[in-house]
Amino acid sequence: MARVQLRNLEKVYGNAFKAVHGINLDIADGEFMVLVGPSGCAKSTTLRMVAGLEQVSGGEIYIGDELVNDLSPSKRSIAMVFQNYALYPHMKVRGNLAFGLRIQGLPRAEIKEAVDHVARILEIEPLLDRLPKQLSGGQAQRVALGRALIKKPGVFLFDEPLSNLDAKLRASMRVRITDLHRQLKAEGLSSTVIYVTHDQTEAMTMGDRICVMQAGRIMQVATPKELYNHPANLFVAGFIGSPEMNLIDGALEGTDFVIGTQRLPLSGEVIARLTGRPAQAVLGIRPQHLVLAGEGPALSARLLSAEFMGHEVNLHAQLEGQRIVAVVSADQFEALGDTATIRLQPEMKSVHLFDKEDGRNVGLGQQQLAA
Amino acid sequence: MTNVPVTRPAARPDIKALNEAAALRRARREMLSTLVRYGLLAIVGLVMLYPLIWLIGASFKTNQEIFTGAGFLPHAPTAEGYIKGWQTSTPYTFGRFFWNSFLIILPKVIGTAISCTMAAYAFARFDFPLKKVLFTSVIAILLLPNVVTRIPQYLLFRDLGWLDSFLPLWVPSALAGDAFFVFMLVQFLRSLPADMEEAARVDGANSLQTLIFIVVPMLAPALISVCLFQFMWTMNDFLGPLIYVSSVDKYPVSLALKLSIDTTEAFDWNRILAMSVLTILPALIVFFAAQRYFIEGISAGGRKG
Repeated sequence: MARVQLRNLEKVYGNAFKAVHGINLDIADGEFMVLVGPSGCAKSTTLRMVAGLEQVSGGEIYIGDELVNDLSPSKRSIAMVFQNYALYPHMKVRGNLAFGLRIQGLPRAEIKEAVDHVARILEIEPLLDRLPKQLSGGQAQRVALGRALIKKPGVFLFDEPLSNLDAKLRASMRVRITDLHRQLKAEGLSSTVIYVTHDQTEAMTMGDRICVMQAGRIMQVATPKELYNHPANLFVAGFIGSPEMNLIDGALEGTDFVIGTQRLPLSGEVIARLTGRPAQAVLGIRPQHLVLAGEGPALSARLLSAEFMGHEVNLHAQLEGQRIVAVVSADQFEALGDTATIRLQPEMKSVHLFDKEDGRNVGLGQQQLAA
Repeated sequence: MTNVPVTRPAARPDIKALNEAAALRRARREMLSTLVRYGLLAIVGLVMLYPLIWLIGASFKTNQEIFTGAGFLPHAPTAEGYIKGWQTSTPYTFGRFFWNSFLIILPKVIGTAISCTMAAYAFARFDFPLKKVLFTSVIAILLLPNVVTRIPQYLLFRDLGWLDSFLPLWVPSALAGDAFFVFMLVQFLRSLPADMEEAARVDGANSLQTLIFIVVPMLAPALISVCLFQFMWTMNDFLGPLIYVSSVDKYPVSLALKLSIDTTEAFDWNRILAMSVLTILPALIVFFAAQRYFIEGISAGGRKG
């Protein structure tokens, strides 16, 4: 069992700066958990505390059912993959892979077998006698992965492992890591993963669940789909999704959302979902859910520019002084011609309403809240 | 109509010829500037090296010839200086003095490498009480003139009964007593990313294993510089042995050289020069053998992570 539990975990640095504010997180055995957030949100600090590389200032960390706060990294049944690979520069790939086992004092034959096995899985057999400086970024990353794999740990910790690779390689490594996770799981090996990244594409494509963090606090923990469809607050709404969700300031008046001089009637379904009526509200709608309107109630916005993305076009427009983006198909864009003003209609089932003051999503409904 | 195919081929060689001429001019200019640069460097280098070349040349001259001109080529080369110089005016040959120097240098260099590495590792990577105060004192010692500590040190070693032995010459250094080396290694370590050490800790290595298997190999260029500096400075150290060593049979080469000037009234310069050549030879050999690492070591920082 390699379940990981964080209980009121805190990190305070020597200069009294509080980096992590008492977070609670349960990661199930075999789960792929992604910690995501902007730079400085303490996701790496949290991971390093789990690894034992950073002292815990408050709270508890359990791996399996064991309290590991004061255990050294080597006793925690973890393996870590670092952002810049952290391969030992003076050892050949073989030596890098074998180092942990050598320290454990395993017999030579057993080490060799383990090294060969891991090299086969990661297809790095031809590289075994090279030094790290003779490897490309992708190869080095695979070796770093191998060094983690060879230990057969309970928990794999990844600290932005793909951020030094180019876009193409990153995409293929993403697939490789998720495949590896699935494979380990299928073989019945313990394969809990905590994966830190600032890249939401990585988070969305790799994670079983995602933990969005900001300034040392957890904003939401949910599956990628849940996170995308039901963001709990303004931060998550703005952070997940590309292009970003449109967040339009306005006010709730009756069943209408008022933006400057324009009124948008909200559907009964949206109103029914409301769990509060904030004085100042923010309407959230993803650019993909903002469609060009024919007849009926719509928001009219002044078209500023258009980005051609191939099969679709990102329309940048100004709505009552606020910038918004809508994604339309290339055909629809053609049909617009030279129009300066566009009429946009939000898909009501995808509309979110946030309280501007505390950022809470008040449009999730009781059911979702309970979940 | 017929003009077109005629003029075109004619135009091509023209451009080609022009390009070639330009390339030729460029190559000639580059050649000239290279010649000037290397010529200048060679002249300055020769001026700097001339005393050394003269020393080697003069060690093969006769005593009468040494002061007759500034040229370095001996008219009638003789090894007399080496033969007589090696025998010395004492009951011991110069070999004995080399051996004495070796007996000081070996424990000093090894001790320095080990102790300074451990001290620097502690300062660079660990937090412990009074770290700041201790590191400040290291820097303070670095700035302290050596002379200031000579008398208290002498009294201390006298009370320990270490006078006229090699111990005062190497024991302090072997216990990380040379602040400069500790400081140099700390700076080098700070420029190395800590990731590798963290990876080693995750791999199960304790602090000592991390130091030996991971840090020391990465520190190698700096460590080689430390050993080289220590070797050369000890070889050339005159004041230390002069103060602490009094019996002739324990003299290192630096004192032995002076000895040959002291003992005879009209001393033979070619013997002294010949022995000087022998004295600097080990340092020169070691330096050139390890030059690559040495330069890597003192230009610490600027390494890719």
